[in-house]
Amino acid sequence: MRLTTTFLLLLIAHLGTTGVLKVCPSCTIQTIAAAVRTAEPMDSILVQKGVYTCSDLEVKKPVSLIGEEGAILDGLGSGYVLKILSDSVTVTGLKIINSGRSYTKDFAAIYAFRANHFTLSNLEIVNPFFGILLEKSKNGIVRSNKIYGASKREDDSGNGIHLWHCSNTIVENNEVYGLRDGIYLEFVDDSMVKNNYAHDNIRYGLHFMFSNRDEYLENTFRNNGAGVAVMFSKFIVMKENKFTHNWGTASYGLLLKEIYDAEVVDNSFTENTIGIFIDGSTRINYLGNLFKQNGWAVKVSGGCYTNKFFKNNFIGNSFDVSYNSKMNDNSFNGNYWSDYTGYDLDKNGVGDVPYRPVKLFSYIVNNTPETIILLRSLFVDIINFSEKVSPVFTPDDLIDNQPSIFVFQ
Amino acid sequence: MIQLQHITKRFGQLTVLDDISFEIENGGTFAVLGPNGSGKTTILKIILGMVLPQRGEVLVQDNKVRQTWDYRKQISYLPQIARFPDNLTVRELIKMIKDLRNMPSREDELVEMLGLQKFMDKKLGNLSGGTRQKVNIVLTFMFDVPILILDEPTAGLDPVSLIRLKDLIEKEKAAGKIILITTHILSLVESLADEIIFLLEGHIHFRGSLGALSQKTGEKDLEHSIAALLE
Amino acid sequence: MILKVLKYSFSDLIRSRWSYVYLAFYLVLGFVLLFLNDNLSKAVITLMNIVVVLTPMIGTIFGIMYFYNSREFTELLLAQPIRRRTIFLGQYLGVALSLSLSLVLGLGIPFTIYGITQSSQIWDFATLLISGTFLTFIFTGLSIYIGLLNTNKIKGFGYAILMWLFFAVIYDGIFLISLVIFDDYPLDKFTLFASFLNPIDLSRIMILLKLDISALLGYTGALFQKFFGTSQGLIVAFAMLLVWTIGPTILMIRKSSRKDF
Repeated sequence: MRLTTTFLLLLIAHLGTTGVLKVCPSCTIQTIAAAVRTAEPMDSILVQKGVYTCSDLEVKKPVSLIGEEGAILDGLGSGYVLKILSDSVTVTGLKIINSGRSYTKDFAAIYAFRANHFTLSNLEIVNPFFGILLEKSKNGIVRSNKIYGASKREDDSGNGIHLWHCSNTIVENNEVYGLRDGIYLEFVDDSMVKNNYAHDNIRYGLHFMFSNRDEYLENTFRNNGAGVAVMFSKFIVMKENKFTHNWGTASYGLLLKEIYDAEVVDNSFTENTIGIFIDGSTRINYLGNLFKQNGWAVKVSGGCYTNKFFKNNFIGNSFDVSYNSKMNDNSFNGNYWSDYTGYDLDKNGVGDVPYRPVKLFSYIVNNTPETIILLRSLFVDIINFSEKVSPVFTPDDLIDNQPSIFVFQ
Repeated sequence: MIQLQHITKRFGQLTVLDDISFEIENGGTFAVLGPNGSGKTTILKIILGMVLPQRGEVLVQDNKVRQTWDYRKQISYLPQIARFPDNLTVRELIKMIKDLRNMPSREDELVEMLGLQKFMDKKLGNLSGGTRQKVNIVLTFMFDVPILILDEPTAGLDPVSLIRLKDLIEKEKAAGKIILITTHILSLVESLADEIIFLLEGHIHFRGSLGALSQKTGEKDLEHSIAALLE
Repeated sequence: MILKVLKYSFSDLIRSRWSYVYLAFYLVLGFVLLFLNDNLSKAVITLMNIVVVLTPMIGTIFGIMYFYNSREFTELLLAQPIRRRTIFLGQYLGVALSLSLSLVLGLGIPFTIYGITQSSQIWDFATLLISGTFLTFIFTGLSIYIGLLNTNKIKGFGYAILMWLFFAVIYDGIFLISLVIFDDYPLDKFTLFASFLNPIDLSRIMILLKLDISALLGYTGALFQKFFGTSQGLIVAFAMLLVWTIGPTILMIRKSSRKDF
């Protein structure tokens, strides 16, 4: 709170050179619309404590909208609240309530179209349809916002932060929950998603579609329908994210579908039904990730080539790796597997016996899901062992030839 | 008093006791004799309620015993094979049985008489067969009950202890108790038994005093009398 | 009265060499597992695999051995003024309690030293000990029941081992194969029902609910979701284990009251 205040003061001091318009219930300017109308480009509008009706307000000039504590915009439940249609607009410090809902239009608390160099920060958006919806905008920042709803169903809820055809945008330090997708990017290039916390969303914490050369780092995705879905995208870097507790039928920490040339580095996947679900993805490096107590740490489905897993830790997963075919073109050399029972006589830290991460039982469970109830039973151990000795159903070349004896730090 | 009424006991196809009835009214020593497998132990166990007959009733002191248990307060039993929990000591075993029966007892006297003092803190698993049998005897005679059932009490006993045992039985008899005994030692029968109950092929083939037996068979000693009964 | 019989058969058993061997086995197992794995959760998983198979086996073997070895002593007790069920309940509890004590102490000591009580694994571990204790009771009861049914020692021993083998391996084999064969039918009711009929499966599931909940929730069936997704699963599994404990005890008492000794 103190940080925010300091930040505000600095901002106000800086803006002192240009015009500052105050809005308050007892001021001469009593509505945001009036302030925007009278403001000159580069002016700041200081919104003081109070509730302001604000619906479908179009901002067509570069102004800064700065909310003081207790400044609330009320959209009265219809349409957009703010529509940003100019470059260099800043909106900060406001609480926005009652933006409109619709089954035909993507109403949002803040909507921006062809608006570059925008900054949207320290906003609190309560129960919106879409929280922040950005279209064809570049070089913007979405920072430290809190966007939340209480959605129960996918079809009548929108996304927290939604970017469409944007580039060079930074989305960081936001918290998004109770919506459809926490953060959604479609046709978004060269952007960064950093240190956000997306939890309890109905569909995905973070959702990429047709986006290239993006990075997302240090985010936490917890208890979403599924953590992160990355689809039809190239050159994505995923680093130091936490994917936890994404539970449910076909739920996963990370879904990679039709992805090429990506890096998945130093992430942690804990207690997800599926850690990573890989479908038709090629040339991806998985390095230094932790897979702990997931149902399936890695589930590989059809047409995945030249994926490389190394220096990952697989600890206490029900299944480490699951394949739906006998074909394998991916490498799993040099990981730590807690299920490894081999030995290291030459004490070089590498197990002397190769490890086979795909179990026969995972193949059986793929075909007859009910059999999951026999997990860890003696009979299953016995058939797993016999499959290990002579593989019939599982890829016989899927072997870690250098299983690590020690957990990678 | 003990009454058996129409007792029939089969083990599978084999009928061991076939409609047996007898009554023991007054105190005395009764020897149950018969060839191997004639049902001597079975009769004793039926009285104790350990074996359940297909037909018939047992009455002890005028009470039917089927599916009851407290009548056994009046019976002491010395089983044929003396085997006890290996890891308990003699002292603990005696204490346990006292605990279970919860009545006055005279184990110290018996322990001394049979020379068991130095074994009191030994584990039962480490005792010889004879010593275990002595423990068995202590357990049986330490309570003052009206009925004693002794199944092969002499097994493994040295001559000195055998004499002691005879004394014990004599004393109990003198106290007016009913003593049922099975044994292969015929001299013991001759010196102790008031009556003989002879079992053969599931029936009571003979019941009566030693005198009556020799009268019936015309033989002088018990051994020959029994041989004659079997012919 | 039961307590008196229990007290003596318990104090007999806990002094037996085999109780020490069994206790020592768990102690060694516990320490070795903790020494080899620096993480508790892996040790707990390995332990689960062992406990779920071993406690029923030991319960079975000890139960049937004790029953046959103490046959003469049982006769002595039968001649005393006590109810039959008191004797058998007392002896059964004596065996089951002494075995459970070995289990709880043998694993409890090393894991406590290692700091399980301050760890997040404590509930997994507690579930493991609880289901191990249940299995000990259930299989001791079942094997004493088999003992009561078979006067022939060799036969009784054979049946008891077969019973263990059946529940530990064969049952699951048949179960798995029938699931695979009848793949096209809705199976979730059958699956849950079939796992209730095997106490080893039940305790395994109780532990799965702790360790593998992420995987269990991957299955689509609504019944599964309800069973595993709420505390209902744990409660039902627990209740069924209780039924499995009481069932053989009742059988045992009934059989003992009709048997000749």
